[in-house]
Amino acid sequence: MSTALWRRSAAVAGAALLLAPIAACGDSSASGSSGSEKITLTVNLFGDFGYKDLYAKYSQEHPNITVKENVTDYGTHHKNLQAHLIANAGAADIEAIEIGQVAGFTGMAAKLVDFNSQGVDKNQWSEWRWRFGSSADGKQLFGVSTDMGGLGLCYRSDMFAKAGLPTKREDVSKLINSWDDYFTAGTQFLAKYPDKSVKWFDSASNVYNAILAQAPQASYDESGKVIVDSNPDLKKAWDLTVNAVQAGQSAAIPAFTPAWNTGFAKGQFATVTCPSWMMAEIKTNAPDTKGKWDMATIPGTHGGNWGGSFLTVPKSGKHTKEAVELAKWLTAPDQEEWLFKNKGNFPSDIALWDRPDIANYTDPFFTDAPVGQIFSDSAKNLKPQPYGPHSGDIGNAIGNALVSVEQKKATPDQAWTKALADVKNVTS
Amino acid sequence: MTALLERPSAVKRPPRAPGVKAGKRAPYGFIAPFFVVFGIFGLFPLVYTAYVSLTGWRADQPGSEHSLVGFDNYAKLLHDQFFWNALKNTVGIGILATVPQLLLALGVAHLLNYRVRGRTFFRMGVLLPNITSVAAVTIIFTQLFGRDFGLINWVLGLFGVHHIEWQAGTASSWIAIATIVTWRWTGYNALIYLASMQAIPFELYESAALDGASKWRQFWSVTVPLLRPTILFTIVVSTIGNLQLFGEPLLFSNSQSPTNGGSQHQFQTLAVYTYDQFWQKFKYGYGAAISWALFLVIVIMVGLALTLSRRLRGVSDE
Repeated sequence: MSTALWRRSAAVAGAALLLAPIAACGDSSASGSSGSEKITLTVNLFGDFGYKDLYAKYSQEHPNITVKENVTDYGTHHKNLQAHLIANAGAADIEAIEIGQVAGFTGMAAKLVDFNSQGVDKNQWSEWRWRFGSSADGKQLFGVSTDMGGLGLCYRSDMFAKAGLPTKREDVSKLINSWDDYFTAGTQFLAKYPDKSVKWFDSASNVYNAILAQAPQASYDESGKVIVDSNPDLKKAWDLTVNAVQAGQSAAIPAFTPAWNTGFAKGQFATVTCPSWMMAEIKTNAPDTKGKWDMATIPGTHGGNWGGSFLTVPKSGKHTKEAVELAKWLTAPDQEEWLFKNKGNFPSDIALWDRPDIANYTDPFFTDAPVGQIFSDSAKNLKPQPYGPHSGDIGNAIGNALVSVEQKKATPDQAWTKALADVKNVTS
Repeated sequence: MTALLERPSAVKRPPRAPGVKAGKRAPYGFIAPFFVVFGIFGLFPLVYTAYVSLTGWRADQPGSEHSLVGFDNYAKLLHDQFFWNALKNTVGIGILATVPQLLLALGVAHLLNYRVRGRTFFRMGVLLPNITSVAAVTIIFTQLFGRDFGLINWVLGLFGVHHIEWQAGTASSWIAIATIVTWRWTGYNALIYLASMQAIPFELYESAALDGASKWRQFWSVTVPLLRPTILFTIVVSTIGNLQLFGEPLLFSNSQSPTNGGSQHQFQTLAVYTYDQFWQKFKYGYGAAISWALFLVIVIMVGLALTLSRRLRGVSDE
């Protein structure tokens, strides 16, 4: 959950990291706010939210408004936003916050516009969801909710066929019911698949995240205490994952890096744990694999959430009124539906889950898998986890430890010890 | 100044014009911009960072901004495995990046000193890597060092070497980063060497040749000794530069959290660790303490480099 939506290459990310403070300075242009004046609204995101076409549409309806989008990588984006809010300067008109990071911003709710007073009804989302976007006392709603990350299991049916595994999604869901089943199928795949350089899954952290996403708690308990070293579910997710890594099931490609993007195109792995937004990753990185992918239910509890975001409007912006209108429009039902069908981001609006156009939507890229139904079901079955202010950094620490096992740089025990030391470094 | 004024003078001074006094102040006016700019962007941050390093300020604890904790941050530093690890990485990468680089630069300068066709072209050419951006260079090198589809592993594969995951190993990541640094800075140092090589009188080579010294012997016995002050200068400058190494390790890190400097902090340098603690974990007090520790490390290292080089010179002069 914590190592959430990284949709950018690390290299570009790093470059952005060096440039971001400069880039973020030249924000909103003209001042004043009369209705017909030319206004440029800036939107800072941490990945491709699929908004580009929507901006154009919005500008058609509001000729005086142009929207400029700035994308930095997940880590940098949230760190910059935090720094800009502390400094009361430098933030864009609209800033996205990911759900694994949002707890770190609750304390700064006063620096963000309250959507309750802007005609937004928070009950369009589930209570757990709007609580994440609210101040500690629940009175202020500082973020409007965009997508959510229900889980499915994406797999290459052409590869499954060559490895003697079932290819129909119903059969796959039946065969891979638990996480143990998943790794057993992985063993079979590795034994029978002709090209030995092709692995069962892409990256240990993606499997670990999906397993942990189904647990009642991840790195924080309800009281806000860090429980990494005492949460049995977390250790179990770790153990399952490192065992599979040691059995050679991981392609060991760090997720959301250029090498990972290449991995999709070159077909270096057969399965990926699939939050709804992952569909966009696959489509973008490997458009030629259309029709080779399919989607089964996620093993384990068949539920879980990984990722999802909020849009916020910092009060330091020059055009907060216009920014609020744009944020509301981007998260309105029609736009949400368009985003799901065209980009794969599943809406967090409760009412939309039963909208026939969404619930019955099948995706041709994934061999007409009933993705609408898979993600609606998963959204309805979701049991939310508590998050804390350092959820993101803790996820990074454990993700890095998993990478070091994949690199054979450390044994699982050494890596775990180092991960705990890293977690301690974050929190103290 | 006072000594000058008190010196008895036989020459009768002309009466002072009103402008003369101002004229004496003028030099201060001319050098003032530097000191003003240095004060704002150099001295003030230095002093302010020192103050912050004595506080327990961190972003996730509102109100901690002015909590003075004395030298607690520095005490904590002594027991921080990641700090010592970063120091080790910095020194290790620093040596790997400095020694071969300066030797190479010396050789390149020697070659450029010959009268060859298109000399200016080559002399400008060696400087080219230096004027390209760190980010661009590092990103390209990171691609070259790619595990599955990188050019370097492909070439090594021709010789039967198994694919190396450059980011994974401590030694391999150090070598890769040192390569990037060397590529960027060799030409720059070569030009500095070349400039002082050209100041060496030709007669020295002539007489050495008459004494039967080979080109190689001339290089070691004439060129290198006369270049010593320049070599010393480049050692000091490279040492400082490498202790502050930041962009290369940051961008080389092929991961979601580049400031971690590798999955097990294999190549997290001190500058990267400072940035990580200050701007990623938002531990301002602690981050400031690391900055100051880095400053002290640089002072010590430069002191060491100077003493060592002076001693070497002293020994060989005897």
